[in-house]
Amino acid sequence: MRRLLYLLPFLLFIGVGVAFYLGFQRDPRDIPSALIDKPVPAFDLPPLPGRAEGLSSARLTGDVTLVNVFASWCIPCKAEHPVITRLAREQGVTVRAINHKDKAEDALSWLARNGDPYASIGVDLDGRTSIDWGVYGVPESFLIDRQGRIRFKHVGPLTPQVIEEQILPMVKHLRQG
Amino acid sequence: MSAIRLAAALALSALVLSPALAVQPDEVLSNPALESRARDISKDLRCLVCQNQSIDDSNAPLARDLRVLVRERLTAGDDDDGVMAYVTARYGDYVLLRPPFKATTLVLWIAPFAILALGGLATALFLRGRRGVTAGADTAPLSEDERRRLDALLRKDDV
Repeated sequence: MRRLLYLLPFLLFIGVGVAFYLGFQRDPRDIPSALIDKPVPAFDLPPLPGRAEGLSSARLTGDVTLVNVFASWCIPCKAEHPVITRLAREQGVTVRAINHKDKAEDALSWLARNGDPYASIGVDLDGRTSIDWGVYGVPESFLIDRQGRIRFKHVGPLTPQVIEEQILPMVKHLRQG
Repeated sequence: MSAIRLAAALALSALVLSPALAVQPDEVLSNPALESRARDISKDLRCLVCQNQSIDDSNAPLARDLRVLVRERLTAGDDDDGVMAYVTARYGDYVLLRPPFKATTLVLWIAPFAILALGGLATALFLRGRRGVTAGADTAPLSEDERRRLDALLRKDDV
């Protein structure tokens, strides 16, 4: 019995080691959103110049929607753009966007160059609406259910793997609900 | 002359050595009381881009936006808790550099004291176990033979 007591520090060490090992594998940039399962914040963003429709909270009810926060100056946004385009055009998910702290002419020429899969885009020039969404770095994407609640958030560029394993199953599930 | 030079050099070095402030002059509020409250609040809010800096320290654009936001809320008449609540409603408890005391953070707050108490208990038990043991009590007494040899040695010493 006393002998076992001497094992205790060793066991504690193993425990701490395992905790660190698992802890360091987590991505410190992956911060859980405070807005999951909450309604989208009230906002009303104007469209890009020359376009008819911006983006407002009222527009985000009725259909399951992916809201993508992007900027023309953001390199990972360009990387994820083909993935988002495929999601909208081939997989039939409505994708709308918040154009984050961007110059209008830059955003327009970026969209002309890379394609525009977005059903509508709201311009968030000062980044204030992005703050209301809890955005801390573009790109970020939110999945909104039919009642206009935020159900899922992805920080960083969307990858085919995230689409296949997380977004599409969730879209399917939310469309039923 | 040299004293003036020295003073000038010291003043200059103080200027150079003062920490670079992230807060830009155009952000500072004209009301000093509000500004000092804003500084205090900003020091407790994490910059989500740099993560280990407060928004008061950070040069990141988001930190600047949040500093401006904090000042706006204060000017609008929010109290300190109201400003904190406004920011945590958007970014969660993660933005707080001082984690709040609640069910999910119980382990974080209690663990150090629990470990200290456990250590104290273990030490106390160990010491109590030792108290009954007078020195040598667990050793067998000397045998006749050993006693004789010891006496012989002690007598030899007297000479």
